[in-house]
Amino acid sequence: MKIQDSKNRISDSMVIGIDIGSTTAKVVVIDKGEMVYSRYERHFSQVRRKTLEMIEAIADLLSGRSFTVAVSGSAGLGMADAAGLRFVQEVYATAECVRCLEPDADSVIELGGEDAKIIFFKGGLDERMNGSCAGGTGAFIDQMATLLGVSNTEMDELSLTHEQIYPIASRCGVFAKTDIQPLINQGATKADIAASIYQAVVNQTVAGLAQGRRIDGKVMFLGGPLYYCKGLRERFVETLKLDDEHAVFPEYALFAVAIGAALYSSDGREIDYEELTERLRISMKHRETISTLPPLFRDRTEYQAFTTRHAAHNVQTEYQGDYKGDAYIGIDCGSTTTKLVVMTDRCEIIYTYYSSNKGNPVSIVREQMNKIYDLFGKNLTIRGCAVTGYGEELIRTAFHIDYGLVETMAHYTAAKFFDKDVDFILDIGGQDIKCFKIRNNSIDSIMLNEACSSGCGSFIETFAKSMGYTVEEFARQGITSHAPVDLGTRCTVFMNSSVKQAQKDGASVQDISAGLSLSVVKNAIYKVIRATSPDELGQRIVVQGGTFMNDAVLRCFEKEIGREVVRPNIAGLMGAFGAALFAREHKKDISSVLNAEEVRNLRHESRSAVCKGCTNNCRLTVNLFNGKERLISGNQCEKGAGIRLSDDERLPNLYAFKRDLLEAYQPQKGRYKIGLPLALGMYELYPLWHTVFTQLGFEVVSSGFSTRKLYQKGQFSIPSDTACYPAKLMHGHIETLLDENVDAVFYPSLTYNINENKGDNHYNCPVVAYYSELLAGNMDSLSRTRFLYPYLNINSEKELTRGLYGCLSAHFEGIAPAAVRKAVREGVAEYKRHMGRIYAEGKRAVEFAKAHNKRVMILAGRPYHIDPEICHGIDKLATSLDFVVVSEDSITEDITPPVLNVLNQWTYHSRMYAAAKYATEHDDTQLVQLVSFGCGVDAVTTDEVRAILERYDKLYTQIKIDEITNLGAVRIRLRSLIGALEERGS
Amino acid sequence: MTEKSEYIKFTKEMKRDYTILVPTMLPIHFKLISNVLVSKGYKIDFLEATDGDIKESGLRYVHNDTCYPALLVIGQLMNAINSGRYDKDKLALLITQTGGGCRASNYIYLLRKALKKAGYGHIPVISLNFGGLEHHPGFKISVPMLYKMLYCAFYGDLMMLMANQCRPYEKNPGETDALVRQWTERLLEENRDPRNMRYKHVKENYRLMADDFAAILGDTVRDKVKVGIVGEIYVKFSPLGNNNLESFLLSEGVEPVVPGFVDFCLYCVYNGIVDFDLYHIRHLKAFGSKFLYKYLLKKLRYIRTMMQEHYPNFMPMADFDETRKKIDGYIGIGAKMGEGWLLTAEMLELVGEGVNNIICTQPFGCLPNHIAGKGMMKPIKEKNPGVNIVAIDYDPGATAINQENRIKLMLSNAKA
Repeated sequence: MKIQDSKNRISDSMVIGIDIGSTTAKVVVIDKGEMVYSRYERHFSQVRRKTLEMIEAIADLLSGRSFTVAVSGSAGLGMADAAGLRFVQEVYATAECVRCLEPDADSVIELGGEDAKIIFFKGGLDERMNGSCAGGTGAFIDQMATLLGVSNTEMDELSLTHEQIYPIASRCGVFAKTDIQPLINQGATKADIAASIYQAVVNQTVAGLAQGRRIDGKVMFLGGPLYYCKGLRERFVETLKLDDEHAVFPEYALFAVAIGAALYSSDGREIDYEELTERLRISMKHRETISTLPPLFRDRTEYQAFTTRHAAHNVQTEYQGDYKGDAYIGIDCGSTTTKLVVMTDRCEIIYTYYSSNKGNPVSIVREQMNKIYDLFGKNLTIRGCAVTGYGEELIRTAFHIDYGLVETMAHYTAAKFFDKDVDFILDIGGQDIKCFKIRNNSIDSIMLNEACSSGCGSFIETFAKSMGYTVEEFARQGITSHAPVDLGTRCTVFMNSSVKQAQKDGASVQDISAGLSLSVVKNAIYKVIRATSPDELGQRIVVQGGTFMNDAVLRCFEKEIGREVVRPNIAGLMGAFGAALFAREHKKDISSVLNAEEVRNLRHESRSAVCKGCTNNCRLTVNLFNGKERLISGNQCEKGAGIRLSDDERLPNLYAFKRDLLEAYQPQKGRYKIGLPLALGMYELYPLWHTVFTQLGFEVVSSGFSTRKLYQKGQFSIPSDTACYPAKLMHGHIETLLDENVDAVFYPSLTYNINENKGDNHYNCPVVAYYSELLAGNMDSLSRTRFLYPYLNINSEKELTRGLYGCLSAHFEGIAPAAVRKAVREGVAEYKRHMGRIYAEGKRAVEFAKAHNKRVMILAGRPYHIDPEICHGIDKLATSLDFVVVSEDSITEDITPPVLNVLNQWTYHSRMYAAAKYATEHDDTQLVQLVSFGCGVDAVTTDEVRAILERYDKLYTQIKIDEITNLGAVRIRLRSLIGALEERGS
Repeated sequence: MTEKSEYIKFTKEMKRDYTILVPTMLPIHFKLISNVLVSKGYKIDFLEATDGDIKESGLRYVHNDTCYPALLVIGQLMNAINSGRYDKDKLALLITQTGGGCRASNYIYLLRKALKKAGYGHIPVISLNFGGLEHHPGFKISVPMLYKMLYCAFYGDLMMLMANQCRPYEKNPGETDALVRQWTERLLEENRDPRNMRYKHVKENYRLMADDFAAILGDTVRDKVKVGIVGEIYVKFSPLGNNNLESFLLSEGVEPVVPGFVDFCLYCVYNGIVDFDLYHIRHLKAFGSKFLYKYLLKKLRYIRTMMQEHYPNFMPMADFDETRKKIDGYIGIGAKMGEGWLLTAEMLELVGEGVNNIICTQPFGCLPNHIAGKGMMKPIKEKNPGVNIVAIDYDPGATAINQENRIKLMLSNAKA
């Protein structure tokens, strides 16, 4: 290939570029403007050795020549320093390359292993990289392929046959996983999921990187993923609406950085082959100081003692001879794996199965049931069958299983079998971490991992694979580590970059494996359980889950907490074993499970549909068994499942009530059209502003409740992707209002919120208070109208009048001070009436619950959490689980604030503390706190709300919500809560 | 006011023999400022440790979504308590508290919780605040003490400002830092005598100090690429918080420019005036603030003028009143939580001084910085073509390599 160098730097010399990314190394040699050599290889974290090998392989080409060389890439920095070679930042190198080879390109999108970059050439050079949150890159695609149980190539091919795209969170790999899991479990096709994953990557790039700049003109696509994945290319081209001429996928896509580095090197010092290899050899010797930890085992004997000790916790799992008699089947249809055991009356296990779901749990269970019937034939009398896990409903319906039980109960039942006095269970699976504390023989508290505490088993698995090992081999490597590297504990993406750092510093595979095990353990202890000392966990600890079959992880855990724990030999099967035990406890004469013939004849089809029950338009998956039995999933309420409730049956739901109140405010024709974005603080103050503006003769246009579509409309202008979802929705609301051609958009800046005298101060959080400043600075489309965001004092009618008059009279004619005063008076009165209605409905809900003997759930969030797109129908889910749902503001009118350990300075949060106090005073009431991902304020409030509740022995449940929330996980949480309440007898 | 759980007060008796631990954000400033306390008989000890497991300790004791500065400060304090160097029954902690709408006002409560969790509930935590948030009978700051602290802050700013401009150009490596140490020692010694804290003497010291720094720089042309550092106050200033950002920049051959600490004080004071202007609340506070603002401004301008007249080879301190006005057309003066409008103002101040390359540092998920930092980059770049800003997130899981790689990208554009 000919390299056109506009600056004519390399016409008569040889230049070499070395690009070392997070997973691969690339080398190019350009001789007299001709690319004479290029090579692309995975380096399996052996960065320095691999580079040397690659250079040695072209000894013939290089010997006797002098040339310049430069290194680039995120993992190349350390090596370049150690070898004393020139380094060039990779985005800069890319720009260098494109400037030479494609001078008329307008922008470049480059996706790498863990980085994503955008370069804009026209209209001022702008180069951007993803920030510290690195979802949506090559590593993410790798992880997703593993999750689907296909290779990258297969995923790519699958995606090309897709029929529809599902929404998948585009920011965080972890969130994306929680979105994909239910899709898999609900039977969505792999083709659709694969395409949806690519779409998520595209959205991430467009939203997270472009940040308000439109990607158009001639766009170059570079880097490994874009070179290999046709499906990903297709998604980009379609989303950006590019034609063939404007979407360029060059042959050298993999080598752009290396070419750029080579070009960059040309004005440097010339060296020869001997010097280059010598320098690389020196770099291999030079190991930088990295922080390491003591080895897992001092010596072989210590390891043997360890394995012997753990061998004691065994159940019989070897199937001996022909078993004849009663049997129980337990199935754990988990998020990534399906586990199944067949157990005898004496609790011996005669059949086990453990495997990845491969995206279709129904066919896996059918296969296994067939196998069981073939193996045992008529010898088995199946007297009970139970299923647990994410896929519980699906499997239960498909196979007519007797019982379904919530995961937490299944695990507790199994753990009790090994240690009847167990007081703490830690389960680390492929995708999630679950911890339960046991008190008085019932589950006392449940902790699950969240977005930023997500390092689990699949994480180790993905790493093992990327380094070319099986999980088992990788674990064995870890055990022999002499100096495990310290990798930090935040989210998997951050761990990825820690590994990168360790690779850069030359850490061995053994040390990385041990380091990863320790990270997973520390993540569980300090992030999920949040313990400060081992005593907080408990005295009798049972650990389980597939990840604990990894001895390195088990050892790390014991070392970290300084206590010996029980790991059953069936650690990976505990859920299924627990289900079998449950079935045995509730044995029937004969199980209702499908018989051999019925299993053979089972037909399962699934198709997707959109629910038309309300404006939510839930995406449904309709599973059809044998053409007649239906199971609908994906619905947020009973309507999707085709159930119609009469008014008396409907439980009070303050969230729905508040939504109805807001919808009742209708616009009246007026002189001017003013737009109110229904987001953040507007949710609570809408009655006030609507009344004020209507009184002043404005036609008030609301942007309405949020939808996913609305979000996407404004997504491209979000400058800070880590802000909370309720804030990011604001951009879509503004766009919606602009489409209505309003004369002005109004969202006031309110440092101080309504003073309800419930705290030390009455602030808004910084985002609610000042988001308008951000909108004004980042939404170009706002220039089409007037954007009014005055700083107002809403606690004084006089001051509010003064502020509003000042603002409005500057923009509109015929605004009289007296009219504003009157409008403000009416507005404040209306706001008070509005709150009064909420208080009254709160009372009615509580009384209804008493009269009908229902449980009350305080779904404690902020006023804007009632938005259906923000709370994702959790309120409806709660009523479907037989809770009366009240909001934090509806029951706290006359609650004085509780004694606190923190500064109580935000109005919305003061209500939450008061609501927690209310919950402690009412036996029938539970508090569930909704927390938006990225909410800095809630880092303070969650701990405090929990403390208030636990002081009075109440259960605390927290649900983190974001762009997308996995309702399946929420359901498990709420059902576990109900289970725990029932065991406590309350 | 919400009723608070009882907290341990720092009593008069404790003043006698308790050691007060203070976390450092700005080593020079904090040393000088707390020296005022030492001269009043308090026993103060600084925490300057930056060893590896501060983050880990922090993570152990506070919520992992808590902002990174809180996590570091608490980790540092907990490590010190556990180090065995102190008598745990004769120990107190001091932490600053602003009382604004940012969650930083809750650090002190998080710290108390952490202490309780670790079984040190008996250790008193003193809140250093000027809003009357808490009272400790054994810990009072009088007006004369405040004046002195103020001079110390000015000393610190002047020293930091000049040292930053000398360091990249010094001929004998290490001489700037040696001079900083020498002057810090000298001031610590001198300030024990209250007479040395009279303004006249302070002004003399400004000159002497400036002369010494000017001798290092000489007439060297400060021609290296200049990179401004702004952001959340702790990660902006503290090497522990920003992974030694300044030394990294020096090793890359650029001159770091860091707006001073007094700016933040002036910003806090000015917000007292704004509350009245916008909402007509707290008249008295506004009146006091106005007075204090003018007073501080005068002291600041004295140094600025001195630098302009006598040390033209240095970039002088910014005139805060001018800096403040720069935000017009970008962000409202009412945006006052956290660093609020000051962050935007400082970026614009730097741009105005020709420092077109800016690193905006922030803890991951810092709420005010979504708006005043990342949210203002687009308008700043649009209205000032050629400005090169990069936002860098700091948190316990972020690795130096990721941060450095992004800074390097910014630098390669800066140099090109």
